[in-house]
Amino acid sequence: MEPFTKLTAVAAPFDMANIDTDKIIPARFLRKLRTAEAGYGPWLFYDLCFDADGNQRPEFVLNQTPWRNTGIIVAGPNFGCGSSREGAAYAMLDWGIRAVIAPSFGDIHFANEIQNGMLPAILPEEHCAVLRQQLKDQPGAQIAIDLESQTITGPDGKTYRFDIEPIYKERLLKGLDDVGLVLQELPAIEAFEKRHYEKMPWLA
Amino acid sequence: MPTLFEKIWQQHVVVDKGAEALLYIDRNLLHDGAFHAFGALNREGRKTRKPRQHLATADHYVPTRERDKGIAAIDDADAREMIRLFDINGAEHGIRCFGMNDPQQGIVHVIGPETGFTLPGLTMTCGDSHTSTHGALGAYAFGIGATNLKQVLATQCLWQKKPKMMRITVDGTLGAGVSGKDVILAIIAKIGTAGGTGHVIEYAGSVFRAMRMEGRMTVCNMSIEAGARAGMIAPDDTTFQYVAGREYAPQGRHWETALTQWRALSTDAGARFDREVSLDGSAIEPTLTWGTTPEEALPVSAVIPDPASFTDANKRAHAESALRYMDLKPGTPLTEINIDRVFIGTCTNGRIEDLRAAAAVLKGRKVKVQGWVSPGSTVVKRDAEAEGLHRIFEEAGLEWRASGCSGCAAMNGDMVPAGMRAASTSNRNFEGRQGKGARTHLMSPAMAAAAAVTGHVTDVRTLI
Ligand code: SF4
Repeated sequence: MEPFTKLTAVAAPFDMANIDTDKIIPARFLRKLRTAEAGYGPWLFYDLCFDADGNQRPEFVLNQTPWRNTGIIVAGPNFGCGSSREGAAYAMLDWGIRAVIAPSFGDIHFANEIQNGMLPAILPEEHCAVLRQQLKDQPGAQIAIDLESQTITGPDGKTYRFDIEPIYKERLLKGLDDVGLVLQELPAIEAFEKRHYEKMPWLA
Repeated sequence: MPTLFEKIWQQHVVVDKGAEALLYIDRNLLHDGAFHAFGALNREGRKTRKPRQHLATADHYVPTRERDKGIAAIDDADAREMIRLFDINGAEHGIRCFGMNDPQQGIVHVIGPETGFTLPGLTMTCGDSHTSTHGALGAYAFGIGATNLKQVLATQCLWQKKPKMMRITVDGTLGAGVSGKDVILAIIAKIGTAGGTGHVIEYAGSVFRAMRMEGRMTVCNMSIEAGARAGMIAPDDTTFQYVAGREYAPQGRHWETALTQWRALSTDAGARFDREVSLDGSAIEPTLTWGTTPEEALPVSAVIPDPASFTDANKRAHAESALRYMDLKPGTPLTEINIDRVFIGTCTNGRIEDLRAAAAVLKGRKVKVQGWVSPGSTVVKRDAEAEGLHRIFEEAGLEWRASGCSGCAAMNGDMVPAGMRAASTSNRNFEGRQGKGARTHLMSPAMAAAAAVTGHVTDVRTLI
């Protein structure tokens, strides 16, 4: 997994609350295989990007010229609620988005972002709202994120401190893979299993 | 004084690092969407560490019509590939699989409890958000993404931060025509789709104690729609009777040992929760959604709200866009909403009790709209046919199909056409969930049957 340390990128404002993972990637694309050549980028926010006839919706933020190179999304509360589909994280990552700033996240999607080396940064809604307004006022403006110091610098140069659990911060900074982190504990796992299955032999 | 959740958590901590714990996962369920996890596992050259702790079923991509023609006859090439990969991955990893035509095939959250694979006191995962369903039996069961699923296959463990705890108490007695679906929709309408974020919900109170297992599963299933990590109900005699004799349940001398352990699994008096909510069960009416998130739900006697009346700016903006998508006007009584399609089934409401409730309304009546019934599992299908329920559905004018996720996420091609309005017993009314441009109203099986009979949203209590 690629470490996440710093990111300065064009940021796009998403005003709506409760952006669910069905919106981030509609279910019909989840059957696609994801390979190095064919990523999930083309399916990102597909039904917001295109109308029923396959025409681009010009009003959708990522379709507008200043936001073609978006690397960061600033959203409303409960971003990524709903389905557990990791395709939502794949689609953002493959499109080029590596961080989402929001007041809160759906739990499973939050974990999926971390597992893919993406940063889900939590800022209070009032700060998210200020950032979204600035991004609308200055289309294409950039936001700078520094994970080490847990800071986000808005287009006007104002800096906000964001929250992230130390355990997730460490994984992202070092690009750690969870399977490796679990297998370090193999002797403890085996000892646990012995005790556990003695107590519940019907599970073994 | 631990809670039900804490007791199970404590019994499964392998390593405790304070900020997070390495949690042992007793049993994991898989479905035909798990190919991303198997693909990653294969690329990394890893094996499934304990194949017997996994059980798989084909549900999301299986056709619900002409199933006996086999995999080769599936029109959609991508779906056909998913089902084919499913069989291959299961065989390669030594995991028992209920393939498309297996007599035990069904939706993953239906077959878990049905086979006894789901048991009280277990930790369980599945690469699916509605894994919360299994908490109805007193397990700690939660949905995970593909990378975490890969880890469970490779290690049987996950690093987890301990979630917060919330208790929702519903006392009183449910009225006639009011079911688990109405209770959970009323709860979500109250606490919101983010109301349970970061929490495990324990459902307590006389309403849940009196509920059969099917209703409890409906409630726990939709915990995720309240944002919760999991939903749980303390196991009791209703649970034990349900579990007894099922294939994966403890048998013989193990049964008594298990019962002793399971009886200890309730929240101790005086245990502390991070948040407590209560509702009056007697006041809950048949409830349905009008918008595009499960919290946009109201009792059937209500009218479509005016977004301008919402104080929260985010909720107001959401309601405005929801009404545009749903093509509805503020002030319209919910019972004046016309319905074009009816879909009865899913892991929320595809169990035998759900089908009985719908059939009770449809018996001797004709439907005014097209629709179909897809039982939650092939076993439910057989049981329903033995009771003659399929004939009631067919005589009323609904299609009786094979078991699968079907029109819930429309991944197998069973869609609601664009612009059409469905009365659906599923769990998500998101834009496009049942097909591009499809408009979904979530409701109970009895309410969906009532809407099918009249062609518009109808208070089922007027028909029973
Ligand atoms: S029935 Fe619907 S919610 Fe349940 S597992 Fe299938 S797609 Fe998911």
